[in-house]
Formats: sequence, structure tokens, C-alpha cells
Amino acid sequence: MKITVASGKGGTGKTTIAVNLALSVKNSMLIDCDVEGPNSHLFFREPMVKIKDVSIPAPKFDLDTCTLCGKCAEFCQYNAISIIGEKLLFFEELCHGCGGCKIICPVDAITEVDHNVGLIEKGGTEDLPVYHGLLNISEPFGVPIINELKQFADASKITIFDSPPGTACPAVETMRDVDFCILVTEPTPFGLHDLTLTVDVIRQIGTPFGVVVNRDGIGDDRVDQYCEKEGIPLLAKIPNDMEVAKLYSRGVPMVTGLPKYRKLFEEMFQKIREMV
Amino acid sequence: MKIAITAKGKEMDSDIDPRFGRCGYFVIVDPDTMEFEAMVNESAMASGGAGPQAAQAITKASAKVLITGNVGPNAHQALEAAGIEIITGSNGKVIDMVEKYKKGELSITPAPTVGSHAGMR
Repeated sequence: MKITVASGKGGTGKTTIAVNLALSVKNSMLIDCDVEGPNSHLFFREPMVKIKDVSIPAPKFDLDTCTLCGKCAEFCQYNAISIIGEKLLFFEELCHGCGGCKIICPVDAITEVDHNVGLIEKGGTEDLPVYHGLLNISEPFGVPIINELKQFADASKITIFDSPPGTACPAVETMRDVDFCILVTEPTPFGLHDLTLTVDVIRQIGTPFGVVVNRDGIGDDRVDQYCEKEGIPLLAKIPNDMEVAKLYSRGVPMVTGLPKYRKLFEEMFQKIREMV
Repeated sequence: MKIAITAKGKEMDSDIDPRFGRCGYFVIVDPDTMEFEAMVNESAMASGGAGPQAAQAITKASAKVLITGNVGPNAHQALEAAGIEIITGSNGKVIDMVEKYKKGELSITPAPTVGSHAGMR
């Protein structure tokens, strides 16, 4: 089973939920897809070791063969190619590496070269492997690394994906092709606002989902009201507990430092299992 | 010879749109006859690469001069490749800038005036 932990707002506790859920269910693995700032590994003692480089195909133009017909520029959905004033301009930072220009070129003037965008590291234990990706500094698109990361999901295990925040491409990529999505929010106006954005997106994707309220007690009950009105299952509420925060600051997951919380995550998983 | 001016509307008395790649309209003016036509900027809502796209659009409209507020690095590179003269720092109405251009009161901008994605903010 594949479960993604996502949220619209950053800092609501995606990693907290992902790490503690992975530790509370048997036969699990954790894949941190926040390739711009992965931090799930901080809760595990084992070092992360590089296992793979990630590249995207970047076009290389043979300007002697190119007829400046403009078909590649017209095709490119990301406007990475311009034919202008008898010149071909390629804006590498706009290229998503889809390879379409090479296919569309009628005179075979385009070849592809590997453009390294980041890497994948593995850590954790035999029982609970942890993977994450690292996007190179200055690279704008994390999705190719997330795609590669998703390939490491072991079908015989419960795979927990820790999603990047927001509702843009990297988050969408992490929320699709999974069995269930946990949306983590906090009971504040910001939390609720960004939750509603994420709900709009996930309904489009079609992944079944439920909500976890983290730091319950700091705000009001508008998230509860919203979930009830929208018919969204509330999976769990995690109290705003100073002891949890103290453990967190030392890199100790709450279910390890305060075993009473294990039950909460076991019940959360039971609810998910009943829904998929 | 035609001039492209980035505008918020379709008329000669429309306000200048200070953005290039993401402006609302281009007013294309022949300064000799003062004949003009307006075109919608199709790249205003592009997810990326709006500047080079806009440069292609005004090139197709046979503009040789661009009057706008700011130009980013990709747009500047594309406009330079197209041999289009760039005049930035403009404000007020389209017609006022055309008059100033005709009197030779405007000077060419040699470098990008803003960073990437400035028009999205």
C-alpha cells in the first residue's frame, strides 16, 4: 500500500506524521519526496548514502542542420526554445526534459545530452528503509527526482511518501498514483485556507484522502466544521504537546520518546486501511 | 518601421503596462503615419518563458523598437537576437511615449532592468 502525507501549508507536520506513521506500522518504508529540503532522515540515526544520480535529457542543437523551421519552439509547452531573428535560443532553465523537441524536429537536428539535476540517497534500516532525493541548487524542477524516487516503492511494503508542501507540480506528483493521501493541517486560519486549496487539487487527482489535525488546541474548530461540511474523514488529532516539541528538537520521533502516541498512529492506519 | 508599446488597453491613450512578457496588450504603432493596431499578449499567462514568447510575437508584428517599463534577462536576450531596440522606464500613456520617441527624447536600454519572473509578482 502507498500512502502520501501532504499539506498545503508548510510546517504543519507532514514529516512528523510520515515518520511516526512509518515507525508505528509493521513492514513499512519511508520515501521523502521534498527534494528541495528533505528532513525525514533527521529522525533516523543511520547515515544517508548516495545510490543514484538523476538526470533529465536536455536538447543539443546542430545549428548546421537546423533549418529554423520553428516546429520545436512551437511544440515546447515550457517556452524553452525561441526562434527569433534567424537565431535559435535555448533557455535551459525552462526545459523540463520531456524530449518532445527531438521527436518533432523534421531534420534530426536535435540530440539529447544528460543534464544532471540531483541525486537519490538511501538510509534507515533493513526493517524501515528511508529514501530521499536532493535537487541540485539552482535547478528549478524537482519532479524528475520525485518520479525516480517513486520507483523505489516496494509493493510488499507499506510505503509512506512525505510530500513537498504546496499544491504545485512536485506536490501533485507525490499525491498521484498512491492508494491514500493524508492531508495534515493545523487548526488555524492559515492551516484551513491552505487545506481547502489542497482538497481542490486532490479531488481533481482522485486519490482518496482524509485529514489529520496537528497541534490540536492552538486554534479553533473551523477545520472540524469544514471537514464535516465537505464529508472529509478526520483521521486523527494530535494534541499540541510541549513534550512532543522537545523530543522533535532533539530529533526523537514522538512514538519513540512517548510510546503512548503509538496507539494514535496505529488507529490512524487502521482507519486508512478500512478506506482503501 | 514599427514600434511595439506594452499597454494595459488597446488604444493610443491606454496606460503603459510596465511589464513586458506579461503585459496585457501590445500597441503596434507606425510613428510616421501614427497608424496603430493592438494585439493581445498571448504569453501573459504562460507558466514560464513569457519574455521570449512576447519577443517572438512583436517580431512577427514587424516591430523594430520596444517601449516598455522593464525587461528581464531572457526577454532581453531574445529581443537582442531579433535586433529590436529596447526602451525601458516608460510610464504614462502610449501616445505620450510615441511622441517622446519621435522627438528623440528616449534612450536605448543596454541591459536587463529586472531579474527573472519580475512580471509575475
